[in-house]
Amino acid sequence: MREFAEMITALGTSTKTTEKLELLINYFATASNADKVWVIALFSGRRPRRIVASNFLRKWCREMTGIPEWLFDECYHTVGDLGETIALLLPESTEIKKDNYGLSWYINQLAVLEKKTEEEKKEFIIANWMQMNKNERFVFNKLLTGNFRIGVSQKMIVNALAKKTKLESSIIAHRISGNWNPAEISFAELLSNEGNVIDHSKPYPFYLAYAVDGVVEHLGEEKDWQAEWKWDGIRGQLIKRNDEIFVWSRGEELMTEKFPEYHSLLPQLPNGIVLDGEIIPSVEGKPLPFALLQTRIGRKNITKKNLQEVPVSFFAYDVLEYDGIDIRNQPLTDRRKLLEEIISATPHPALLLSSVIDFTNWDELKELRTHSRENGAEGMMLKRKSSAYQVGRKVGDWWKWKIDPLVIDAVMIYAQKGHGRRSNLYTDYTFAVKNGEKLVSFAKAYSGLTDKEFAQVDYFVKNNSLEKFGPVRTVKPELVFEIAFEGIAASNRHKSGVALRFPRINRWRQDKKVEDINTLDDLKKMLETYGK
Amino acid sequence: MPLIEFSDKGLYCRAGDFYIDPWKPVAKAIITHAHSDHAKWGSQQYLCHTKTLPILKLRLGEDINADAIEWNKPITQNGVKISLHPAGHIIGSSQIRIEKDGEVWVVSGDYKTEDDGISGQFEPVRCHTFITESTFGLPIYNWKSQENIFSDIQQWIMANQAKGKTSVLTAYSLGKAQRVLQCIAEITDNIYVHGAIWNTHVALTEAGMELPDVKRVTVDVPKENYKNAVIIAPPSADGTPWMKKFIPYSVGICSGWMQVRGNVRRRNADAGFALSDHADWNGLLEAVNATGAEKVFVTHGFQSAFSRYLTEKGIEAAEVKTEYGTEDDEKIPDTEEQPVKENDDTTT
Repeated sequence: MREFAEMITALGTSTKTTEKLELLINYFATASNADKVWVIALFSGRRPRRIVASNFLRKWCREMTGIPEWLFDECYHTVGDLGETIALLLPESTEIKKDNYGLSWYINQLAVLEKKTEEEKKEFIIANWMQMNKNERFVFNKLLTGNFRIGVSQKMIVNALAKKTKLESSIIAHRISGNWNPAEISFAELLSNEGNVIDHSKPYPFYLAYAVDGVVEHLGEEKDWQAEWKWDGIRGQLIKRNDEIFVWSRGEELMTEKFPEYHSLLPQLPNGIVLDGEIIPSVEGKPLPFALLQTRIGRKNITKKNLQEVPVSFFAYDVLEYDGIDIRNQPLTDRRKLLEEIISATPHPALLLSSVIDFTNWDELKELRTHSRENGAEGMMLKRKSSAYQVGRKVGDWWKWKIDPLVIDAVMIYAQKGHGRRSNLYTDYTFAVKNGEKLVSFAKAYSGLTDKEFAQVDYFVKNNSLEKFGPVRTVKPELVFEIAFEGIAASNRHKSGVALRFPRINRWRQDKKVEDINTLDDLKKMLETYGK
Repeated sequence: MPLIEFSDKGLYCRAGDFYIDPWKPVAKAIITHAHSDHAKWGSQQYLCHTKTLPILKLRLGEDINADAIEWNKPITQNGVKISLHPAGHIIGSSQIRIEKDGEVWVVSGDYKTEDDGISGQFEPVRCHTFITESTFGLPIYNWKSQENIFSDIQQWIMANQAKGKTSVLTAYSLGKAQRVLQCIAEITDNIYVHGAIWNTHVALTEAGMELPDVKRVTVDVPKENYKNAVIIAPPSADGTPWMKKFIPYSVGICSGWMQVRGNVRRRNADAGFALSDHADWNGLLEAVNATGAEKVFVTHGFQSAFSRYLTEKGIEAAEVKTEYGTEDDEKIPDTEEQPVKENDDTTT
């Protein structure tokens, strides 16, 4: 665990990708196989089961330090991470543990503890806290709280493994994706092709596009490019293998259960097929706003009513595997032809073909792009006709060409401290528009400012807030920001009556005063124009 | 009438007709230490500790009207007894004790309780009312001993040297730079400093203070001289083109804020050393308790939390708004510190 904790500490402060990679490679060189599997699992978003609610950890830490609850909370809001807060607050260790068990030992111990009483859990956890240094405590607490986002991307772990195993990174990415349980798989099984268990659900790594940089004419000749609408849904892969349907999101989450619509595709789709496309709510082939989809994905149980009100389709735009054969290296034109054949042979309301936009020159396409919102799209995708389906974000063959966002001027009314690298800085804001003399909150945003601007706003918040304690500060309504967003939809859950898609700060309008901000009526007009 | 009032110009003693660390020009100013948020330009008369004087003149101008006294040598003004006592924050930093008719108030300025070897050992001063800072007034701030942090810094430098890298340590030019210099000089004599630190260094050595030798970074120094060297630079130099000449290098930040991982990541540092010239949580509590004060006023930092905690522990405490803590790099980790006035590369 000490080595793991040291690696995590070093990774957390390392500023260069090459250095991080080196740290991971060094760790993989010496760690036990069981530890390696867990490291891969943790860095690819898999986590051990939570055995204790974080409230207990807070309570035990307070008992050990004699700190009142409000002060603990104040510390937590300042640090922005519970595991780290506890690691910083606990008294000095009485004696640092001499045995150095690995990561997997701790995880196994925690698994055993799951069935034990609260007292036994407390005893185990406190005993360990008191034998660990600060870095070990932090990592241990991260295991306990089941949240391991620490600034290492899955891509990095893939590259480190590729170096170690001398396999292509795309192969590694594929093998560590999908449905596997770190408690039940060995390192060899995970990375070998010959694993006993064939995972039929396994998706391919998604090919991601960069945004068109400047002028579209720089891409070259029109005839080399295929244009499609860029949908505002969840990117996903629809898989049928071994008489089973699987749906994966781009975040590598298995979402099959969330979309019963796709199950009825089972008899119609052939086995050994993987489609890439967009999961979108739609009626008669027309996409509905993303906000509606959110009402479905947030639910544990999908009711009949949900299915009727927000039916979900799969807008397919690529085929990656056919007849059990990986065809990602075929040119897009060939894959597209095959895709069209598959869709026309599978008439089903939940499976649609994402259409290709006809155009002969860039000017024509630019004109069409201005109609994106009317088509329920957030812009266009440009794909080189000869392109293979690559792994991850690659420059050159696929581009996203989004339309300009909608914008509105608003005033900041609440602020909250951020997490991670925004620790102890007010970076999460709530914004309001005017409604007569009143201010109505309508959006939260926490991105879009530079570090320097965040520091300035933070200074303003610290000097102009009403509350002195607690996470949320009510701020003097003075700072005006231009808020950008991708879409707008009606909502009963929000006071303003609207929900925005992906709101963020476009810029700080230091030239504007609170009198100059937009009104609730302006928002409602936008809802009428774009909210359908 | 309280002995000290909190006015819009600073802490004011009406009985003695003087201010302590005023942020606006006044007739008479007593200065706790020479950091820019405590020592402001424009007052007619200054009083400070003898070791603060050369820096005060460096920063505010040779022509200021300033007197200096030693620690524990009281003077009297309008029937108010005034004395300075070591605060342990930086060189010359002092707490200010004032007494009238048996009532004693102490203004801490900025302070730390650990003896850093150059700033003098913080002296607890008994008083009725204590005005304390609270820069690190949360229990998450508990410093390792200087010895241990110095050892961390030395190991980091040696690891950089093994990789053929220059070590750039950022430290506030007055105080932290001289403090960290002690630690570096134990393992190497190949030390360069930025012009802002050089000027402070010269002012201090000319005033008779003994500091290890350093060289100034200038355009005339061949780049290869920086190989494996240690550079001390003010935080504002980090990330500027001035750093290019040290490539390949690694940056270590010396600041109490480095206690929390997120801050290290935000500053994009290769290493963060939680080396602070302010008292940590326990240091603040110890200091408050040692004064025996019945009433505590808490200034700049986590003043809400610290004063509430003291109140719950039975010490009457209130927070006070001041303009301290806004320009010292220890306090706002992210805003741009005052621009470095001296340009080292005279050709650019």
